[in-house]
Amino acid sequence: MSLVNFTTREITCKIVYYGPGRSGKTTNLHYIYGRVPDSRRGRLVSLATQTDRTLFFDFLPIDLGQISGFSTRFQLYTVPGQVYYNATRRLVLQGADGVVFVGDSQARQLDENLESLQNLQSNLLEHGVDIRTIPLVLQYNKQDLPRELILSAADLDDALNFRGVPSFSADALHGKGVFETLKGISELVLKKLAAGTAA
Amino acid sequence: MTSALNPKYSFDTFVVGAANRLAVTAGRTVAENPGAAYNPLFIYSGSGLGKTHLLMAVGHAAKKAAPALNIEYLTLDEYVEAFHAAIAAGQGDAFRRRFQNVDVLLVDDVQFLTNRKEMQSELLRLTEALQVGGHQIVLTSDRPPPEIADLDERLISRLSGGLVVDIGAPDYETRVAILRRKAEERGAKFEPGVLETVAGAESGNVRELMGALNRLVAFQAVNDRSINAETAKQLLGIGSEGADGGKAAAREGAGPAARGPGDEFGDFLADVTVTVGKAVEAWRARVGEAVLRWEGEGYRTRRLEALLERDTPSAVDEVIASFTQDVERLKELEAEVAELDPQAAGQSVFRDPERLGEAEEVATKVRDGAAPPPGPSAAFPLAAYAVGPSNEVAVGAARAVLKQPGKKYNPLVLVGKSGLGKTHLLNAIGLELARGKRAVVACLSTQAFVDELIAAIDGDRVDWWRARYRRATALLLDDIHLIAGKERTQEELFNLFNLLQDKERQLVFTAPAQPHALPGLEERIASRLAGGLVVEITEPDREVKRAVLERLLGQQNASPDPALVDYLADRPAESVRGLVGELQRVVGAAAAQDGPLTAGLAREVLEGQAPRDSRRSAGFRTSGIVVSSLGGIKSREKIVWDWSDVADRVIEEFR
Repeated sequence: MSLVNFTTREITCKIVYYGPGRSGKTTNLHYIYGRVPDSRRGRLVSLATQTDRTLFFDFLPIDLGQISGFSTRFQLYTVPGQVYYNATRRLVLQGADGVVFVGDSQARQLDENLESLQNLQSNLLEHGVDIRTIPLVLQYNKQDLPRELILSAADLDDALNFRGVPSFSADALHGKGVFETLKGISELVLKKLAAGTAA
Repeated sequence: MTSALNPKYSFDTFVVGAANRLAVTAGRTVAENPGAAYNPLFIYSGSGLGKTHLLMAVGHAAKKAAPALNIEYLTLDEYVEAFHAAIAAGQGDAFRRRFQNVDVLLVDDVQFLTNRKEMQSELLRLTEALQVGGHQIVLTSDRPPPEIADLDERLISRLSGGLVVDIGAPDYETRVAILRRKAEERGAKFEPGVLETVAGAESGNVRELMGALNRLVAFQAVNDRSINAETAKQLLGIGSEGADGGKAAAREGAGPAARGPGDEFGDFLADVTVTVGKAVEAWRARVGEAVLRWEGEGYRTRRLEALLERDTPSAVDEVIASFTQDVERLKELEAEVAELDPQAAGQSVFRDPERLGEAEEVATKVRDGAAPPPGPSAAFPLAAYAVGPSNEVAVGAARAVLKQPGKKYNPLVLVGKSGLGKTHLLNAIGLELARGKRAVVACLSTQAFVDELIAAIDGDRVDWWRARYRRATALLLDDIHLIAGKERTQEELFNLFNLLQDKERQLVFTAPAQPHALPGLEERIASRLAGGLVVEITEPDREVKRAVLERLLGQQNASPDPALVDYLADRPAESVRGLVGELQRVVGAAAAQDGPLTAGLAREVLEGQAPRDSRRSAGFRTSGIVVSSLGGIKSREKIVWDWSDVADRVIEEFR
């Protein structure tokens, strides 16, 4: 999927929310869904298990309308976080223009975060994408939890953010940091467009 | 000790949305089959999102499904109080037994277990006992079990062992639905848009939503008038509180100007717009347009696409301009080649500006390969054409044609008997036209035209033959009457005629008679010929004859004897050709006698018998090959005027 199609004058960004299970990827999408006017959003497709765990993926198309003469669309996807759904994750990752890594700020989830980040790297590599080149931002979710349970954004940056990509503290359930994250990744993706991923 | 279940809190009054659907489903399942499905069921959510409501709803539903069930609802605090009271009264065992016999135990707000070690172990024991007995236990908390601080690991795993579900904040639709339901319960009616406004005011909490609704209900009741969305907004302080107002504005489809500062989506959109605006710079849009245009016309646009791949290309407009120029050149070449060889024009090089050089080569090859149609003979210059009253109309028309080829007289048809100079004039026009830039003058006899077509049909290259003539800027056919009866040639000529005439290319024909008087000529061709200018050339007048004689004699390097010229010019001649013949006889006689060209000799030759013997010794005729001393004229009629004793000579030579 090309990001910018000058022929049909379309910009389509595929952004994938990646991260360990229960880190709040779907919650991000739900919050965004709730903020986007009806006319601008498609149906939020969610394929979840009985226990509300994402089984396949969530998909939220957002139409930003005409921007600079281009009809601009965002497609937000989440991947299933649970380890054994790796094939689905890889599939969803295909053709992604940018990745939001949603980390769980809870101290005891640090290993899961690291594991998921490694998994992201290897899955991107399967698609021939270097994690160092794809637009990526980190979101440290659940920063609203009691301080004794979580790691601070600075600690998480030390632990996860090797590349020094933009990182955002968030409380996706209440929406804090959700749009900041989306803006962050959009900016990276669209700037890459300027750097010539066009056509 | 236990609280009664509030009858208002049933599943019927619980508004289900995406955020709480799972919790509700789990609750219903548990109520229908206590102890069977999820045990324990642990529901957690933020404050005011319906935990208590859901918990009671489970109780009601279970009671309704099986009225005999012993259902107990209590908050953890109540449970702790009851426990302490029982211990104090020395009734600990009775207390335990009592709860162990409960079929469905509903415990609210278990997060208060924090720092209550003894209660934790009591609850653990109770939970185990209930599970063993197949009794259902449902708990609620404001956080999931692992997040309840200082909770016994065993209790965590026990509580998490069944199903842990959360209730999220209701989404917009759910909020509207909740408000509608609650307003209905209160018997309050609102104008359209009011509840939507309230729902649009972000509150992640149903309780706050109820508070807002209550304020509206109260306001409406006190003032005894219905309020509209705007009043509701003011009343609830939406709008002044940025975020909420912005959200509502966005919902109403307001433009960017109306966006509140806190409208998250609006902000996001603005942000993206700026970024895209930076990314999709104006030059990119221009290049994109050019790509779009030329791709649409079927041209390769690699050069332009390469521009888009660069960060800051220089001279974008120049590249587009030069690309456009190349494409235009390709178009020219393609059109040219299409005329010469329609098949060659289909080549892909004519669609790829990067291969312009190759396209030029192909065009050159085609140009070389395509023999131009036969041109006019250089032997008939216009300057040598003698003009007199007998042909001055025709010559005048010819000059007009030369001035404005294809525009004034098209076609020009020269009509006259044989030998009057039609062919000369036709070729002379052709020669003059051929001087023009890029002129391709097809000038040939109709017989040759017919023969070429036949050869083309034979060689299966009629397309090529047609193309050859279609590129002609002028078509001049001598003796058009020879086309009579040749249907295919008439057909081809008809098409060619129309095509060339449409393109304002000059057509000139010669014919022995007026077009309609020509037998075997199709009406459509005859009428087209007649539709141009038909000029007649009549028998040569004295002036023409004199001019012709003077020219011919001048070529003999002899100073013409005026008496001779007068004599010859005064003799009646049916055609210029006849006149030339007479002159040749005289010249021949003079050469034989080695004498001068005089009027007397001419009279002797033309009126009396020419001396035989003298002619035989003439040196300019050998073995039947005639070298005309007059030059340029090789007409049979001009040569075979004295072959009377040919038989003797042939026998002589064979000896």
